[in-house]
Amino acid sequence: MSIVTESIAGSAEGSADMVQLIDMHKWYGEFHVLKGINMTVSRGERIVICGPSGSGKSTLIRCINRLEEHQQGQIIVDGNELTGNLKQIDKVRSEVGMVFQAFNLFPHLTVLENCTLAPIWVRKIPRREAEATAMKYLERVRIPDQAHKYPGQLSGGQQQRVAIARSLCMTPRIMLFDEPTSALDPEMIKEVLDVMVSLAQEGMTMICVTHEMGFARTVANRVIFMDRGEIVEQNNPIEFFNNPRSERTKAFLSQVLQH
Amino acid sequence: MPSEFQAPANVTLRPPVASLGPLGWLRANLFNSWPNTILTLLAVWLIVRVVPPVFNWAILDAVTGQQSAAACRAPGAGACWSFLSEKWRFILFGLYPPDQHWRPALVVLLIVTMLIVSCDRRLWGWALAAIWLTGLAVVFLLMAGGIFGLPYVDDTRWGGLPLTLIISVVGMVLGFPIAVALALGRRSELPVVRALCIGFIELVRGVPLISVLFMASVMIPLFLPRDVTIDKLLRAEVGYALFFSAYLAEAIRGGLQAIPRGQYEAADSLGLTYWQKTSKIILPQALKLVIAPMVNNFIGQFKDTSLVIIIGIFDLMMTAKTALSDPAWLGFYKEAYLFIAVIYFGFCFFMSRYSLWLERHLHRGQRR
Repeated sequence: MSIVTESIAGSAEGSADMVQLIDMHKWYGEFHVLKGINMTVSRGERIVICGPSGSGKSTLIRCINRLEEHQQGQIIVDGNELTGNLKQIDKVRSEVGMVFQAFNLFPHLTVLENCTLAPIWVRKIPRREAEATAMKYLERVRIPDQAHKYPGQLSGGQQQRVAIARSLCMTPRIMLFDEPTSALDPEMIKEVLDVMVSLAQEGMTMICVTHEMGFARTVANRVIFMDRGEIVEQNNPIEFFNNPRSERTKAFLSQVLQH
Repeated sequence: MPSEFQAPANVTLRPPVASLGPLGWLRANLFNSWPNTILTLLAVWLIVRVVPPVFNWAILDAVTGQQSAAACRAPGAGACWSFLSEKWRFILFGLYPPDQHWRPALVVLLIVTMLIVSCDRRLWGWALAAIWLTGLAVVFLLMAGGIFGLPYVDDTRWGGLPLTLIISVVGMVLGFPIAVALALGRRSELPVVRALCIGFIELVRGVPLISVLFMASVMIPLFLPRDVTIDKLLRAEVGYALFFSAYLAEAIRGGLQAIPRGQYEAADSLGLTYWQKTSKIILPQALKLVIAPMVNNFIGQFKDTSLVIIIGIFDLMMTAKTALSDPAWLGFYKEAYLFIAVIYFGFCFFMSRYSLWLERHLHRGQRR
């Protein structure tokens, strides 16, 4: 049983939907991971998805840029529906930035090369221009001095900030974060969250899978709670944390907020 | 809280001295236990038994200069280097017309130069491909002639070291791209491509090189129309390159499998196409991981060129054997085989040293 609250404060009125999931299902073999997800993300919205592990939240956002294929229903990203059409998929992917739990920087390229690779080859931007843009974003994530190092020479927090800069270099219309701080040492989580907060303040559309409830409270417009492949509850953060409606949400929150 | 307590001062100590002088080293490394002492003594005994006789044979009692076979056969005579003084040109260049020997000599020089130039990483990319293509064109021009006033020399008269190098290097240049394609195809999501690649690799790996060479030299002409003939050397070369590519493909596949999924996903999420992802992200990392097995393949392949002897191509091994069959100089096997062994070893040693340097160089500052 799912309780879906419709009282969501749209940030920009009349703006087109950035992401639309309509009755979306996914199976891994026989296992039904996502069971009829309906979800709409408007431009400028900042969404945090939380839930116990195995609830399908990572799979959900990985479907949005087709790292996972859905088998039923519709996914429409910025007006483009995701189907088997490879051109369409590449187009959507170049508009959607993604930050991974394990950073996934390219270890054989320098930080700067990591950031310029896709702009040069996908967007066909001249190298010089791409490098200038990359330096701008590396300054925004506060590591311009590391531009010529290799990822292996950086700390986890620095690597994750490079990964964010790499995505931003493609000037994405929406950013997906898949547990961006889960692989970090505690003292590095803040530097990554700070970057994400400043992105949010600039109006970037974001969907973020995270266990950082503090981040959800201060940054999100809407918190979505998932369990066993379905959206159980969604609400603005104040209502969500202070007044959870479903028993499953209450149980989950009492687990994660104890600390 | 008692104020007498003092935290230990943060001092950095030097590592303990491991050994004291040469005597200390001897004791630590050669005589540190009974089994080790026995092995050391055994090794000393072997060296004493082996080195002086070899030294006598190769240097002190050796027959050098332009002497006849009879001088070499005198009792007490050591190595017959005169045999090499007489035959080295034949062993190196085979049946190539003697007055034109400068051409194959230049070819050897050119190939060795290209191999050394290839070590410069700044040239990697299209520059290197261009160097090799022009270089190989010059090699064939020099060997075959028939242009620029060079007399034409049919490839049945090519032989010795230049031929060995040509077969090997062309095999690498042809085989490497095929191997990369096979390795990628074997992991393709298209079932037909995957099946073809697996089938080819398993088929080629399942038969000995000698039978591939036989097929290339005997069977292929049977299937061709009567008036179409393909040069024997070319047929052997193609068979050889294909054989080699199947093995190399498996080495490269090992590298591809070692690349974490996250690398593919990161490339996908940036919107890179399959070929961009493969050429910019996956292959550079995968090939770097398999330098050691690839060079192992190259070395094995270089030495396997000696198997073309079986279809009557005059490589270095064959010229040495032929030189030995001269009735005037029968029986100087040691000298002949030592000579070509040194040549083979030189090239293989160069490759193995280069691969070690390359691995260290490429991994600098790039630990995951």
